[in-house]
Amino acid sequence: MSAFVRKHGWTLGLALLLLALTVVTRLIQPTFGVNGFESLARAALPFAFATAGMAVVVIVGGIDLSVASMMAVTGVLAAVLMERMAGVPALVIVLAAGLVMGLINGALIVLTRVPDIVVTLAMLFVWEGTALLILETPGGATADWLEASIRGFFPVEGIPKALLIIGGAIGVVWLPIRRSKLGLSIYATGSDERAAFRSGVAVGRTKIAAYGLCGLFCAMGGLSLAALTGIGEPVPGPYLLASVAAVVLGGVVLGGGKGGLLGPLIAVFILRIIRTILTLMAIDPNVTTIVEGTIMVAVVMLGTWATTRGARR
Amino acid sequence: MTELPLLDASGIAKSFGAVRALTDARLTVDRGEIVALMGANGAGKSTFVKILTGALKPDAGQVRIRGAEARVGSPAQARRSGLVPVYQEPSLIPDLDVADNLRLADTPVDPFRAWVSELGIAGLSLSDMIGDLPLATLRILDLARALAAEPDVLLLDEMTAALPTDLVEHVLKVVRAKANDGLGVIYVSHRFTEISELCDRATVLRDGRSVGDLKIEPGVEERAVELMLGQKLALGLRDTAGGAAHRTGTPRLRVRALAAAPKLTDVSFDLYPGEVLGVVALEGQGQDELFEALSGFEPPSDGTIEVDGTPMTFAHPADAIAAGLTFVPGNRAEALLSQRSVRENIALPFSARIASWGPLKLRHERERVGYAIDKLQIDTRAQGEVQRLSGGNQQKVTIGRWIAKGVETLLLFDPTRGIDVRTKRQIYPLVRELAENGAAVLFYTSELEEVPLACDRAVVIFNGRIVDIIDAAAADEATLMRAAHGLTGEDSAA
Repeated sequence: MSAFVRKHGWTLGLALLLLALTVVTRLIQPTFGVNGFESLARAALPFAFATAGMAVVVIVGGIDLSVASMMAVTGVLAAVLMERMAGVPALVIVLAAGLVMGLINGALIVLTRVPDIVVTLAMLFVWEGTALLILETPGGATADWLEASIRGFFPVEGIPKALLIIGGAIGVVWLPIRRSKLGLSIYATGSDERAAFRSGVAVGRTKIAAYGLCGLFCAMGGLSLAALTGIGEPVPGPYLLASVAAVVLGGVVLGGGKGGLLGPLIAVFILRIIRTILTLMAIDPNVTTIVEGTIMVAVVMLGTWATTRGARR
Repeated sequence: MTELPLLDASGIAKSFGAVRALTDARLTVDRGEIVALMGANGAGKSTFVKILTGALKPDAGQVRIRGAEARVGSPAQARRSGLVPVYQEPSLIPDLDVADNLRLADTPVDPFRAWVSELGIAGLSLSDMIGDLPLATLRILDLARALAAEPDVLLLDEMTAALPTDLVEHVLKVVRAKANDGLGVIYVSHRFTEISELCDRATVLRDGRSVGDLKIEPGVEERAVELMLGQKLALGLRDTAGGAAHRTGTPRLRVRALAAAPKLTDVSFDLYPGEVLGVVALEGQGQDELFEALSGFEPPSDGTIEVDGTPMTFAHPADAIAAGLTFVPGNRAEALLSQRSVRENIALPFSARIASWGPLKLRHERERVGYAIDKLQIDTRAQGEVQRLSGGNQQKVTIGRWIAKGVETLLLFDPTRGIDVRTKRQIYPLVRELAENGAAVLFYTSELEEVPLACDRAVVIFNGRIVDIIDAAAADEATLMRAAHGLTGEDSAA
């Protein structure tokens, strides 16, 4: 039991914080109920996927500055394709495009040995241009069922579809990998690249795979963006820094090897609900970001302090 | 018909840029044989180990296992060919637990558990996080993991360093037993006692070349030391007939029973003003911990440090600096502002000691700095940026700045690593001049022939403790080499 608490302490702490913030929201706004929760989850979708992708590359010891641009590419691709062809093949093409973009990022980093932060900064611009080539101005149209798929509840009132989609995507994509040799290799490479290499891990291939996964999650983020708005938007949204924030708050150590995806996803909801609370309290939107930043620093400092104290024997 | 050797590496060459680390390294291991790989610091041992295990690709030569060319492009491939290494630093992942580390290398769990208990570690849980375990345990786990993989050839790189004696005994017993079952072992070590107890043969490496193959028999130590030394390029003679250290009064630095994890166990010595005290040690005998403790980087776990008779505890490098202890790291990148000029780098210790926040006293500074630059004989064309100087000239700057500033106690950690002979010859007089001006200098060098040139006396550290104190000016290299390998006078005579 204590080992479980130690290993997952950060995630448990975040879950408690989220619960407390939900209670606070109810106190401020007694009408905040399942519908409020549903719209919160829906709005959080693209953030959640960007964060999941970012978390995977940070765990492998890298960083990907091009997440928002890849979401823009896949978002406009979805809007353009769904206007012209059947939904399901379009969906598959979009997911494949995300995967390929991620693999390209990873391969460039591994083959050129240029630092990840430089490569993905360059690719941020490349993918941004690509999105504009596909669709110069916001437009296109998504299939109606796509929008319907993220709106409302399933299977019962109270469980938002958006939440199921996040859970399902993580469950289908990440959990099997987490339990496989690839997952171990991702953690091993992020934890100590040299020791991983010496243990026989194919470090280069592992990194490329992690970036590929990030691209795949970004494609899901792009799809959910298109579903939310019903059109394609070629200009990247504010997902890069938001995803880094959620990853750090979620207990994934920049530098790699530690953490998982659950913590960062809870962190996405924490950051969203804080924003809701501040809006409900009618606080100046300019002050909102200051409060968000302060909370982030405080939580990370507190968490680091608690874990180092716990680790000291 | 003779049986093919289990492992046969021949003609291995490897260069890093202009530096030729290996020119013709060779090694064979037969079934059931334990072969020691020996060589002085810088002989190319670690490069050879990396090539054998696939961590580096050789420029020339090949490694054959059972007559078939082994594909050793990566550690994973070396493993598949049947060669499994245990490196000096454990190759276990700190953020994963023991079980996951086993899965990572496809190691069967039950044999692993059996080897762990055979090797003398009790009460290990597979869910222990690697990062929480002590170094000695990790090395044993690494060995157990290697044995569980059932290799044909096992490579042990300084396996017994950082291990307590009881674990060393377990390790030697297990390795011997496995060799009797037909395992081939490459045993990289500095420790003659273990080599003569365990090994059948020793291959000696010098200057990137295999220079001899010795059968282990009584008196082999002498022969090995000779082979390791060979004919060296003379570094010149000591020009000053010794500042005849005046070892009277209060020592500048008095160290008693100093211990620091993981490798330093018991070190005591006195260092007097005007003296250069050499530290003779093979890689990893505790000298890193000694210098870290003296410069306040890591607090020692036991023992006392006195400066001018006053007991000191250093909680921070600033405390050591305030006590007059100046550390010059072996890695010059840690000591220099590489994009700034030679002048600024030499002046840095002046300006860093800020008495007032006003403008720097430029004229006084310029004089002293100018003097130091003349002393250093640095090519003035490259003075604009220190990073454009050669490594040797950069190292001269790290030492020369203390001539300009004046220094009480200087801790030099391997100042001549990787620099050319001509520059080395310029560094010894610099060190001597510092001492003649009243500084006390502690001088660790990985090159034994420097000890008589720069030092007055030398302490020999082996396996974490001082085993000998030598009058340096009179010491020849063979004496030092024997001492550094823990062979005291009586042992080698026996």
